[in-house]
Amino acid sequence: MLDTIFFYVFALLTIGGAIATITRRSAMHSALSLIVSLLGVAGLYLLQKAEFLFAVQIVLYIGGIMVLFLFVIMLVNLDQAAKERQFNRQWLLGLVASVLVGAQMVWMLNSAGVLSLPAAVPAPAATGPGNIEALADLLFREYLLPFEVASLLLLVAIVGSVMMAKKTS
Amino acid sequence: MNQFYTPTDHFSLLPALLLALFGCAILMLDFFVLPHPRQKRWLIFFALLGEFFAGLALYRQYRFLEDQSIPALRAFSDGLIIDGFSIFFNAIFVAAAVLVAIISYRYLEVEGEHHGEFYGLILLAQCGMYFLASGTELVTIFIGIELMAVTFYILVGFLRSDRRSNEAAMKYLLLGAFSSGFLAYGFSLLYAITGSTRLPKIAAELAQRPATDPLLLLAIVTTLVGLLFKVGAAPFHMWAPDAYEGAPTPVTAYLSVASKAASVAVLVRLFLGTLAPHRINWEPMLAVAVVLSLTIGNFSALSQTNLKRLLAFSSISHAGYILLGLIAGNRTGLTGICIYLFVYTFMNTGAFLVLISLRQKGMTGDDIDDLNGLIHRSPGHALLMALFLLSLGGIPPTAGFIAKYYIFLSLVETGHYALAITAALFVAVSIYYYFRIVRAMFLNEAGQLLPALPGWGARVGFAVTALATLAIGLYPEPIIRFAGTSLLR
Amino acid sequence: MDMLQAILAHPWFTPLLLTALIIGLFPLVAGYIVLVERKVLADMQVRLGPMRVGPHGLLQPIADALKLLLKEDIIPEESDKALFWFAPVISTFTALSAFCVIPFASGVYVADVNVGLLVISAMSSVGILGIVLGGWASNSHYSLLGALRSAAQLVSYEVALALALLSGVMAAGTLSMAGIVRAQQERHIWFIFDNYGLMLIPFVVYVISAVAETNRAPFDLPEAESELVAGFHTEYSGFRWALYFLAEYANIFVVSAVAVTLFLGGWLRPFPNVSWLELPFNYGFPALLFLLIGLGSLRLARKLTWRPHAIGMTGVGLFMILLAGVVLIPPVNAVVSSPFWFLIKVGGFVYLMIWLRGTFPRFRYDQLMNIGWKIMIPVALGAILLNAIVGMLRIS
Repeated sequence: MLDTIFFYVFALLTIGGAIATITRRSAMHSALSLIVSLLGVAGLYLLQKAEFLFAVQIVLYIGGIMVLFLFVIMLVNLDQAAKERQFNRQWLLGLVASVLVGAQMVWMLNSAGVLSLPAAVPAPAATGPGNIEALADLLFREYLLPFEVASLLLLVAIVGSVMMAKKTS
Repeated sequence: MNQFYTPTDHFSLLPALLLALFGCAILMLDFFVLPHPRQKRWLIFFALLGEFFAGLALYRQYRFLEDQSIPALRAFSDGLIIDGFSIFFNAIFVAAAVLVAIISYRYLEVEGEHHGEFYGLILLAQCGMYFLASGTELVTIFIGIELMAVTFYILVGFLRSDRRSNEAAMKYLLLGAFSSGFLAYGFSLLYAITGSTRLPKIAAELAQRPATDPLLLLAIVTTLVGLLFKVGAAPFHMWAPDAYEGAPTPVTAYLSVASKAASVAVLVRLFLGTLAPHRINWEPMLAVAVVLSLTIGNFSALSQTNLKRLLAFSSISHAGYILLGLIAGNRTGLTGICIYLFVYTFMNTGAFLVLISLRQKGMTGDDIDDLNGLIHRSPGHALLMALFLLSLGGIPPTAGFIAKYYIFLSLVETGHYALAITAALFVAVSIYYYFRIVRAMFLNEAGQLLPALPGWGARVGFAVTALATLAIGLYPEPIIRFAGTSLLR
Repeated sequence: MDMLQAILAHPWFTPLLLTALIIGLFPLVAGYIVLVERKVLADMQVRLGPMRVGPHGLLQPIADALKLLLKEDIIPEESDKALFWFAPVISTFTALSAFCVIPFASGVYVADVNVGLLVISAMSSVGILGIVLGGWASNSHYSLLGALRSAAQLVSYEVALALALLSGVMAAGTLSMAGIVRAQQERHIWFIFDNYGLMLIPFVVYVISAVAETNRAPFDLPEAESELVAGFHTEYSGFRWALYFLAEYANIFVVSAVAVTLFLGGWLRPFPNVSWLELPFNYGFPALLFLLIGLGSLRLARKLTWRPHAIGMTGVGLFMILLAGVVLIPPVNAVVSSPFWFLIKVGGFVYLMIWLRGTFPRFRYDQLMNIGWKIMIPVALGAILLNAIVGMLRIS
């Protein structure tokens, strides 16, 4: 019961934050709404007893990425941009299209039935260090290869951003 | 708990490992050992050395499969597969990367953006492609795609002082990220439906599901959208003309050839392997994409005046032809796809190589008008260009004909007559715009421009591409056998 | 009586009591940390510090708090009002939330989650938002610059901080705060001395990053008073400013508590496995400490000329002597010795931070970034590698 209430609270935060992110004109308020949305997701992780993901979500997304977002927003003067005419004139068309696609997806998921999905694997016990160990096991055994390739991906991204930002000599 | 990095794993990973190693080594050498701009050319040799070792490792994999006469070697608990298909595609990537490495030197010098990172990034992009050709696990494939794509975002924007290059990188990045979102959505749905990220397990699960499953349909649609974007097929082609035009020409060649081949490899593995039982769902969608690609690619190419844009639209239409083989989906179709991509690597790179040779300080050389009277200025270039264009058009003595022949044959074999006739009609359209270029080169008055000055890299590149284009056209048996044996053993 | 037993034994009793204590008492504690800081700094600079309110300024924090509460509430005209109002709340909320996973003694914590250390990291990283948003919402150049600096600084040093913590976590094999202390108890060693002393490296990195993470001198660029007036909280006054202050001192307490838990044995007394040392360390040391403070206070009281001050100081002295007596009662001692050791270590760490503030001049901004990215992070990474290898070798 309590879980259900929390679920709806977090889900509301997630969706509400996401909607506010794309509707606010001020970049700062958009970023803040995104933070709210990410917090909602973190809460959903917590409800699933994935404490590690919860903490990592907050540390990385809110503490790292979003703070850098705010940093950039503060560096760049966006007041001017907020006052100017925006390009997204087709919001009505976009709304209709997204409602249609959304309805279609709901219908699809509904007729597929949630029950036709394979039964969820029960999460490891909530107490003890099982959660993190299970995750480590997956990362370093099952998904060792993509994990290591991801490091290459990050390396390339770093090299690329340094190259783009480097002053021309 | 099984051991998690076995000798088999190592053996199957070796080419990618070598590529990553040499890629990182080049980045380090560039920074610590060869900091002077004049020394950057030596990095080409390191890149070639890396390609050589990767090729050697691939050859050892090939010999291993032959000697043991097993169809495939699975590693990383179904995360990677080494079979003829993966080896064939990796051979294409090696060829493309070698060609790009040797032809970029002079171009980057002229542009004044000769940085050592270029060669490292080429190898790292190829490393990503390796996982597209060999990966049989969704996360590996996805990260491979991202590795390739992120590298290309950087390479496309490599000319930092050129606004068009910046614009191209920006557009490619934004649309690429968007399409990756689709792909991630599709993959996560596949995982949700089957509870596994490994393709063999997914295939086993999906075989038991009805074709009318809406969730599966959603998964197929989103996966297809994501991959068609990477292939550059209509209606997800918007990025291609701008990215091709703005990118440094060697990168354009690499992008059009290797990136396309890698994405096709994933398409083939997913749709002819894992999703084959649900053909009824994806075949119509793919057919629509093919017809649109042929229409948009060919008709838009008619009105282009910029050669790179023209080749971009032509590459969209080539994507259409390649996907036709996927629709046919039989052995001939697969052989056709393989030969097509192999041949396309050489003829398309060759065509871009002509543009690279024309590139000089203060002159871009990528308008059709820049080719006016090329036969008088540098006859060799004009003849080579004509050869590559004939091949791209699919005129008989060239390799392009063999490729198209197999595609059409497979369509007829599987009874897709309407598609075959449509595609044949568009060949006629494509010949028209390829001949516009030929006419400009041979019949128009010569302009005020200087003759092209090929460097040693361009000479080697021309020799290889022209030889391959002609040789495969005249004597296609070995490559047909190679492509044929690589499939469905 | 049964009722009382039931309440005491209820699993929610300790958490709720602790929560109430933290929320109720911490503002007071923070106030007295400020007083200690002013007194210590004054001593280092050969001054006396606050002397007027109460004997030797002992009531100064209360006076300050009253002043802040009664001050006029000013919100700048052009500011983003909602954010201006909300930003200090974020800082305070997150700083106080971090307390909930700190183990004051065995079994004395609000919650022992299995990712406790990460929760503290998470809370401190969300706390950055309070500073950044406060600086931005003020719509003032000084504030904005302070916020920018703090965003860059905190994100940079958070990396080094987390990496330094990682070495400790590897030694403990768990992220649970209580579990980390228990691991030290089982291994009979404080982790700072573990791995043949190699753990000193991450400890030093942690101390430096923790100072930077709490915006304290010599890393106090976000509020550098000589250049930015007061940095991100230039426009703040009154109660909202007090909230920022509270958050800052709560953060100081939290980073000290983490250092103590992870490296200095948490609530364990020195040499927890040597049983004959229990008498001197658990009984003798606290009793002696309180007794000396009490006697010192009585001596100071004699010198005070103003009578109410002298009486107050005498009262403090007598109370301390009484405390010295109380801790000698065995049942009481059994309960308070663990929290005593925890708090005395935290106190020592807080003193260290004050000491650093009194000693070092402020870094320049580029020096700050260089230290963070070019020294702290590589050193922390190297320490992880070294400790991982040594730890593996030691186990096998």
